[in-house]
Amino acid sequence: MNPVLTEPTGTTRRRRPRQKASTLSRPAAIGLGVGVTWFSILVLIPLALISFQAAGGGWGVFLETLGNAQTASAIGLTVRQALLVTLVNVVMGTLIAWVLVRDRFWGKRALEIIIDIPFALPTIVAGLVLLSLYGPESPLGVNVANTSHSVFLALLFVTLPFVVRAVEPVLMELEPEVEEAAASLGASTFTTWRRIILPSLAPSIASGATLSFARGISEYGSLVLLSGNLPFESEVASVRIFSYIENDNPAAASAVAVILLTVALAAIVTLNLISQRVTRHG
Amino acid sequence: MGIEIVGVNKSFGDFVALSDIDLSIPGGGLTALLGPSGGGKSTLLRIIAGLETADSGTIEIEGRDTTNVPAQRRNVGFVFQHYAAFKHMTVAKNVAFGLEIRKRPKAEIARRVAELLELVHLEQFAHRLPAQLSGGQRQRMALARALAIEPSVLLLDEPFGALDAKVRKELRDWLRRLHDGVHVTTVFVTHDQEEALEVADTIVVINDGRIEQVGTPDDLYDKPASDFVLGFLGPVTTLGDRLIRPHDIEISRVEQAAVVDGPITRWTRVGFEIRLEVTPIDTRYAPVQVSVTRTEAHALGLHPGDHVWLRPAVGAPSVVST
Repeated sequence: MNPVLTEPTGTTRRRRPRQKASTLSRPAAIGLGVGVTWFSILVLIPLALISFQAAGGGWGVFLETLGNAQTASAIGLTVRQALLVTLVNVVMGTLIAWVLVRDRFWGKRALEIIIDIPFALPTIVAGLVLLSLYGPESPLGVNVANTSHSVFLALLFVTLPFVVRAVEPVLMELEPEVEEAAASLGASTFTTWRRIILPSLAPSIASGATLSFARGISEYGSLVLLSGNLPFESEVASVRIFSYIENDNPAAASAVAVILLTVALAAIVTLNLISQRVTRHG
Repeated sequence: MGIEIVGVNKSFGDFVALSDIDLSIPGGGLTALLGPSGGGKSTLLRIIAGLETADSGTIEIEGRDTTNVPAQRRNVGFVFQHYAAFKHMTVAKNVAFGLEIRKRPKAEIARRVAELLELVHLEQFAHRLPAQLSGGQRQRMALARALAIEPSVLLLDEPFGALDAKVRKELRDWLRRLHDGVHVTTVFVTHDQEEALEVADTIVVINDGRIEQVGTPDDLYDKPASDFVLGFLGPVTTLGDRLIRPHDIEISRVEQAAVVDGPITRWTRVGFEIRLEVTPIDTRYAPVQVSVTRTEAHALGLHPGDHVWLRPAVGAPSVVST
């Protein structure tokens, strides 16, 4: 009998005696403690506070805030544009990542660096750049100032790197041999994409899309100059929160914040589910 | 039938990977392409599979001219050195892939996958992911995946190269037995002469983009066509102006007709074998490595420093040293 064939399987291996529930050593426990404390101070407590503040006003404030046509329109615009931008990023970001990883061309190094500029640029600077490019004095003759297109454009600009940077490392790990194997088994280029490449990239595309969407619904600095913040036209949720605070209505501001938070959470969960599905059904 | 390769050339920029390859690979056999890294053997295999296109020349598989047929439609099973597993699919799904592409009925796919997993002894791992398998198991999965499409030829590119020595040896024996059962025309690339000598029916020695020799393992070992083939199939030493294997040298303590003579200047014992170095009196000649068994050394009464006479053993293959 060939010894390869008698490798131990999980069931024949001897079980370790049952230990107490926690396997943390002392240094690991301290690490976990510090981590949780840090996370609490920075994230959990502020989140709890904002929810508390919003809830403090009761359902009335929520309904009233949502019932305000201007606020509802601002939230609608924000979510719509963020979704649209995320969709574009999923396609374009994956494409750019593919080109950067798989192709060799003149200026590749430069492009690698330029991709990160939206990350590195202070958002208000980005806003200034966009205003001078697409504002009333546009050298290109494109004037989208004070329209919803300006929101779309600004979001597109600042969220460009998310999907690219999420997909790139995974694509680098993907061996070309795997595609060759699929080809030798008879798979067309399209089938290879759909059944081999896409399922491998799905988790990273989803995480890039989540970041891009989250950034999209929260963006302020880059669009505030170009959009003009016209109610019912180009005013976004973050601007709405700002003006609620300015008008001394923190409860309504918190209500909008909590709604945005809920939308972001829903987006994270949905994208995760989609990516799991794509991966499983490869 | 088998594979007919005529006048194949391939260059990558200035580098000539293959030059004017003519080769006829017998159908149903197990053929090894043997040679050093960068010699062109993998390129030749990839050209047969259609993963690479030749600059010129033709490839015929089982009587069908496939020179311009894309890899997808060559019906070739290909096994890669690093498994090329579909990481997000279970073992069973990996094996089923080629059949699903061919839109076979579900029941037939399930039956075929079960058969193949049994053939490669992975039945109980059907629902695992490739990451949960050992290297040897992954390579057997890759083999089952390639066999699933009932390929006209099976091509393996350094299939055991990424495995450790013990598993490599086991899989090598196993491949030989598998082939005896399946009889598909099989070509594998290796740089390990022992692997080729042990497993293959026919060995094709490739070096520097050219075929050095084609023959059975015995042919190659007993009648090497060049110093390269002799040197690649095991250790060699220079005796006078000829290359010869260290164990093919007759050694004597009494004066006799000899090519060279001189004292034993080095004595290394490795298990049952004793490796000697003899420095010829005639300084035109390089030191000679001689290998004798311990029993022989005893019988001859050899000791370090003894003056000995060396000549080729009767019928020993040797070639003129260049």
